[in-house]
Amino acid sequence: MEERYEEALDKLENIAERFYEQLDNGEIPNMEVPTRSKSNIELDRREGVWKLGDSTTNRSAKKLKSARMLLRTLYMLELIQDMIGEDKSSTLREMYYISEGWEKAKFNKQSESDSLAEDMELVTGCLREDFKLRPEEDGARVIGDITVEEVNRKGDIREINCRDDVGDSGYTIPYNVESDKVNFTDTDNIDFMIAIETGGMFDRLVENGFDEEANALLVHLKGQPARATRRVIKRLSEEEGIPVVVFTDADPWSFRIFASVAYGAINTAYLSDFLATPTAEYVGITASDIMTYDLPTDDLSKNDRKALEQELEDPRFDTDFWKEEIETMLDIDKKAEQQALAKYGLDYVTETYLPEKLSEMGMM
Amino acid sequence: MASIAEELADKQQEISVGEFFERNKHILGFDSLTKALVTTVKEGVDNSLDACEEASILPEIKIEIEELNEKEYRVAVEDNGPGIVKRKIPEVFGKLLYGSRFHEISQSRGQQGIGVSAVVMYGQLTTGRATTVRSMVKEKDYATEMKITLDTKKNEPEVQNEEVVLWEDKEHGTRFETTVKGLLRRGKHSVFEYLKNTAIVNPHARIVYKRNGNETVFKRATDQLPEETEAVLPHLKGIELGTLAKMAKNSDRRTLKSFLKHEFSRISYSKAEEICNKAGIEEKTNPSDLEVEDCKKVLNAAEEVKLMAPKTDCLAPIKSMLIKKGLKNVLKGDHPEYYAPPTTREPEVYSGNPFQVEIGLVYGGDLPKDSPVRVLRFANRVPLLYKKGGCATTTAIKNIDWRIYGLDQKGGKGMPSGPAVILVHVASTRVPFTSEAKEAIADIPAVIEEIERGLRDCARSLRTHLNKEKKRKKIKKKFTVVNDILPMIAKKSADVLGREPPELDASMTKIMGVVYVEKEYTWENGRCEVKIDIMNYTPKKRELNVFFEKPYPETEVLSVDPKPEHEDDHLEWKLEELRSSESSTIKLEFEGELEEEDLDGTDVYIEGVSETKLIGAETLPDDWEIELAEIEEVD
Repeated sequence: MEERYEEALDKLENIAERFYEQLDNGEIPNMEVPTRSKSNIELDRREGVWKLGDSTTNRSAKKLKSARMLLRTLYMLELIQDMIGEDKSSTLREMYYISEGWEKAKFNKQSESDSLAEDMELVTGCLREDFKLRPEEDGARVIGDITVEEVNRKGDIREINCRDDVGDSGYTIPYNVESDKVNFTDTDNIDFMIAIETGGMFDRLVENGFDEEANALLVHLKGQPARATRRVIKRLSEEEGIPVVVFTDADPWSFRIFASVAYGAINTAYLSDFLATPTAEYVGITASDIMTYDLPTDDLSKNDRKALEQELEDPRFDTDFWKEEIETMLDIDKKAEQQALAKYGLDYVTETYLPEKLSEMGMM
Repeated sequence: MASIAEELADKQQEISVGEFFERNKHILGFDSLTKALVTTVKEGVDNSLDACEEASILPEIKIEIEELNEKEYRVAVEDNGPGIVKRKIPEVFGKLLYGSRFHEISQSRGQQGIGVSAVVMYGQLTTGRATTVRSMVKEKDYATEMKITLDTKKNEPEVQNEEVVLWEDKEHGTRFETTVKGLLRRGKHSVFEYLKNTAIVNPHARIVYKRNGNETVFKRATDQLPEETEAVLPHLKGIELGTLAKMAKNSDRRTLKSFLKHEFSRISYSKAEEICNKAGIEEKTNPSDLEVEDCKKVLNAAEEVKLMAPKTDCLAPIKSMLIKKGLKNVLKGDHPEYYAPPTTREPEVYSGNPFQVEIGLVYGGDLPKDSPVRVLRFANRVPLLYKKGGCATTTAIKNIDWRIYGLDQKGGKGMPSGPAVILVHVASTRVPFTSEAKEAIADIPAVIEEIERGLRDCARSLRTHLNKEKKRKKIKKKFTVVNDILPMIAKKSADVLGREPPELDASMTKIMGVVYVEKEYTWENGRCEVKIDIMNYTPKKRELNVFFEKPYPETEVLSVDPKPEHEDDHLEWKLEELRSSESSTIKLEFEGELEEEDLDGTDVYIEGVSETKLIGAETLPDDWEIELAEIEEVD
């Protein structure tokens, strides 16, 4: 058995053992779980990412709700034990359905079982991949002149060039992007990577051949990016030294997509070391761009304004650049989509907008 | 209240009674077709209930409504009252404002209506038909039947077709049948609602309601007749100046002193003298010579003189047990989870009139959760269906912050909402209605205050109940933990580790941390068995004293196991050593006459564990020993 699984089993058994001992000593079973809420998240100024604070929540069998959580923990633990033993894996959704058979311990919705899996990562210091659990959706798509080695189902290593060996939709990032599965062999032809929020814009850049023209690696974020997508960006940035820029719509929610790529998200703050790329930069579309490029816009909704105001309080946006951009957006009371650039023609984004913005940033 | 009569008397010369009726429809309760039907029934039923009570008869009232044509109904009300002697029938049914009740001060239903003659007139005016009345007194073995109309010019009855008839299966009683324009509706202002509410506060009545072939029976919930009420004189303190002036003007007494002594309650000759002195008015002054200024002086003097509070034994409250029975009888379909012990406040006085407030509160079950609480308003046992917004009962309810008692209320103001029904009964020799229509009680501070006090009494009971419920639910959850979840945690963790499951008792008692008492009653072979289980779910070994109060001191205990330490009004056991997670059972048998209601208030008391660690029983009240000592002294 692989070492990572053995270690996971060990750590899981520790949890069970703790409960057992507590009962044996006549105590009320309980476990300490780091609190995953906004109040327990702090910005690590040195590393520039979101991290979990020190506060913990005690889950004790004294209360029905937490007693049930402890029992669920044991059921989940047993399932993982079985999967590792049988060399099977399941998706988070499959696990949720498996839990239907757990009687008193079954979950009411998938978000509950997903969340418990995250708790177990937190308590054991393992990753859910070590538990043979994977997300429903694959990571997003990548196009550009890098070569990856991926271990396929048969255990063979395949070399794939993400420009020449793939179709128009690119290389799809698998859910496990750790070095036992995916490695990067040739990345020298890439100057920077551009992470794009929408599929429409990703396809526009592909069609216009922006990857070859600018020596860029194009990464599709698919909205809020999956863990695997963020992990690939992090690895390419850290291991291969490729600079990262993020290209999204101009609205408060897109700003948050950038923040989660760069600094991490609240829910997965304990994994920020692993997922966040604090050197990532935001290329656009900014509120100032809306004015500079005179882009077609929509009015901000009440929720948009509320989100922007929250962001003014958010340490992730506590820089002069963001403060100015957010305030500008509140001022003009407008937002815009990436594809609004098509106002000036289909090539405008690759021939004018991006070259202008990227050379300002020193990328091109 | 006398003003309608006076107005009528004054105007009789100039306008016909018919015109008067037409002008005052809203006061008389005939201002809409729906209301007209309710009023028709109400006048009949109120009369019947009053008549039965005066004659100490358990009322048996039948109401029939049948649609004849569009918006035209035949309405009949029949009772088993004492009957009306032949010569009086035309006056009762055919003369507006007949009878003395407009001047009398007593708690009767009748003070609220214009009288059944208004119904006769309404029928006559809207359908042109006469009302048929049949009545039989106990002394006769036949009934008198006649058709009655009103001579609207002279306010005199006109009788046709008078005849003698046999009334089978009847010993005495009265029935009238009239045809009116109306509209039979369902809902808050329906005949059904009126009868249902009447049944709640008149649990001694059996009411049968037949409409268009459907029959509803409101069964009798008690054989106990309401206490008799008596007429009383007004009290000087708080009487309105205008009323005093009018009384003085109309008095036959020759001196102020004698007027005060005889026309007011609680005034002796010496008190009357004192008042005259203080007022600076010669006691021999003829009362009819008093100016308004003098009357004011008399009132001021009365304030300075100590007078006995008005007599209040002239009021007949429904009383706690019957309110509860009445509510249960009618609301049982909603399966309420809780009937707060109804409150009967001590009688109070407003403007010289004694009044008494009673409150009932029912909670939970199938009562609607998200709508405003239902309020059942009564004055002298008569339901008030209209003008809810302008009623003192509503004001009082809105004055209370119900949130602290467990009901929803936006901002702690206005009508509370939640699955509750609130009953408010105001009994008085003179109910302070807002208007002559007598549909709502006026916002008199003393009355509102009393209603509020009563409401708080019931609301406190509700809060206690809800807290207990909450505690019970919490414990139920803990039971789930120790019975279902904890053993599974033990099993699963043992499975994962490949060991034997650990022992759970100690952890269980730590989670529960209570002494749990369960009380169960079963009835069999004419015996009532009580089973008390006491479980020590605390980590400590305990010495407990268990007390059980007998439902009634005279209740005979047929058997008891184990033998109690002590037995008189209560039984007492000593559980020397109840170990952690151990339980003990006490069984006793009573004679089976007891009903669930008798056992409602009986509780198990436990000594040896703090209140917070005790579920299903009460800790011994502080005054327990004192109570015993007093009883011993009497012996």
